[in-house]
Amino acid sequence: MNLHEYQSKELFAKYGIPVLKSTVCSSPAETAQAFSAMQLTAGVVKSQIHAGGRGKAGGIITVYSAEEAKNAALKLLGRPLVTKQTGPQGKVVNKVLLEEACAVEKELYFSIAIDRKAEKPVALVSREGGMDIEEVADKFPDKIFKLHINPALGLQPFQARDIAYFMDPRKVILKDFSALAVNLSRLFLENDCSLVEINPLAIVKGRGLIALDAKIGIDDRALYRHKNLSDYRDISEEDPMEYEAEKNGLSYISLNGNIGCMVNGAGLAMATMDLIKLNGGEPANFLDVGGGASAEQVYTAFKLLLSNKNVKAILVNIFGGIMKCDIIAEGIVQATKEAHLNLPLVVRLEGTNVELGREILRKSGLKITAASDMNDAAAKVVQAVK
Amino acid sequence: MSILVDKNTKVICQGITGSAGGFHAQQMIAYGTKLVGGVTPGKGGTSFEGVPVFDTVKKAVQETGADASVIFVPAAFAGDAIMDAADAGMRLCVCITEGIPAQDMLKVKQFLKDKAMRLIGPNCPGIITPGECKIGIMPGYIHKPGRIGIISRSGTLTYEAVWQLTSRGLGQSTCIGIGGDPVLGMAFIDLLKMFQEDRNTDAVVLIGEIGGTMEEDAAEFVKNNMTKPVVSFIAGQTAPKGKRMGHAGAIISGKAGTAKDKIDKLESCGIKVSRSPADIGKTVAECM
Repeated sequence: MNLHEYQSKELFAKYGIPVLKSTVCSSPAETAQAFSAMQLTAGVVKSQIHAGGRGKAGGIITVYSAEEAKNAALKLLGRPLVTKQTGPQGKVVNKVLLEEACAVEKELYFSIAIDRKAEKPVALVSREGGMDIEEVADKFPDKIFKLHINPALGLQPFQARDIAYFMDPRKVILKDFSALAVNLSRLFLENDCSLVEINPLAIVKGRGLIALDAKIGIDDRALYRHKNLSDYRDISEEDPMEYEAEKNGLSYISLNGNIGCMVNGAGLAMATMDLIKLNGGEPANFLDVGGGASAEQVYTAFKLLLSNKNVKAILVNIFGGIMKCDIIAEGIVQATKEAHLNLPLVVRLEGTNVELGREILRKSGLKITAASDMNDAAAKVVQAVK
Repeated sequence: MSILVDKNTKVICQGITGSAGGFHAQQMIAYGTKLVGGVTPGKGGTSFEGVPVFDTVKKAVQETGADASVIFVPAAFAGDAIMDAADAGMRLCVCITEGIPAQDMLKVKQFLKDKAMRLIGPNCPGIITPGECKIGIMPGYIHKPGRIGIISRSGTLTYEAVWQLTSRGLGQSTCIGIGGDPVLGMAFIDLLKMFQEDRNTDAVVLIGEIGGTMEEDAAEFVKNNMTKPVVSFIAGQTAPKGKRMGHAGAIISGKAGTAKDKIDKLESCGIKVSRSPADIGKTVAECM
């Protein structure tokens, strides 16, 4: 789960990580009021969406009066903002963050993420902020400092000092850097974060370090022990079909093709997509019904597939292990009848009770194309959309 | 022979009184696995399917002499269950549970550093030496005793590969699903090493997927250390960036973890990569 900038900054404030004075607003009127209430002379109106690249896309506007703040909000709210990370359809801005403006002396970078290979959280800092960190890593690897954090012990004071010495070679605000490092590590570990990123982290005249932007990702699997963070979930940021699938215990991802797929198991589902492509077709989705799906879940999965209007044919690929093929076949028959399916349907069943399953499909009287193996299935479904 | 498990392996099931644990304990017994006990805290002294249930893993080890454990406890308690098994001196632990928080696994891996136990999983189908010992949730009957080793990050895709081999008369020495999570117990290279040393394995099938760098590490290892043929398939050639494809570990982040990078690396290290998941069996047959 990703947090919005304003949510991340609320969490930052709780952990003593310095942020600017700000107010989150849902309407132009609110934004104007906030400008006055905060007694600002200059402010920044920032679109709140789960994507980076907002500044370059015109999603961040500097304002000098309540009137300007209102106009900026009017321009941004309720409309999709297209950035290099959103895709061509963009993301609709439902909230803006009005923040005080400040005089930035230098922009820096600070993040903590999980290093899969080292199996530890890794802190990554750079004196080059405001840039794409991967670009910095490519072009100036010596401008990046990296250290691993013991997940049980947290960041140690000597490590925080190492970060400070790197970030502040002239030793002007060493203590600020150390404190920030320790606090950010605590935030990361105590909230089951997958990512915490401050880009840019700014040195602001007369005020020291301030997190100008904030990005936090939380491990969905740990949300059960963070009830307060669950409230931060913004489903308007998610694909409605992916959300619907998740509610029903299915794993679904929208793609751009026209062949709907339903598969059990994530690896086999990916492999099925690959096979469709190898046969010259384009998958419309990734859909994993899981290892132990019921007839009812198969039915729900079918409805989900059919709600995508781009789908011109459906491929079902099931390797029954725990899941029995006859149960799956019953689900397919029921769903096909109830949904009045009139698209070509290719079914490949293998595994436990496969003969029973095939028998059920044959006897159903429905127009279902049976496939003998994966290759056969992919070839037949690709043929059907041509 | 085989790797890690055989007909002498004595297994206990942690979470045996739960619905998944109970069902699969029965299935394992039916396959012929020596399942000698179960563990459910608070239910020690009872029995399940004719095997005794204990309160702690230590007690189960003392009473039964078990050397392997399989875990079905819910995700919130599974990290603890793995550490419990390690502390009791288990040789091998197979964690089936899906959904363990990533930071729990980071701590578990720290805990395991000074323990001898090998961990398979979590979020995996388990391990099977056909005809001898099945520890996990895979359908037993698709396997056939033989001389091909299989290592995979997937569940059903592994069954698919096994089935393609069995259908061609190619049996398996041992098949291991290492799991679909970002932080795992045994990695590809740990198992490749064992298969290379196993006198009864002639070739290895390695099934990878997008995310992480485990396949790249494996490729390097095969080039430098293996004489036996290795055949591979990588799932997710059509997966979009930045999306988790069902498995928590199956995600292309930034530029890293694409199927293309993995396939290129594997091929540059002399590994035969089947482009189609339907041709895994055929590719192995051509190598033999």
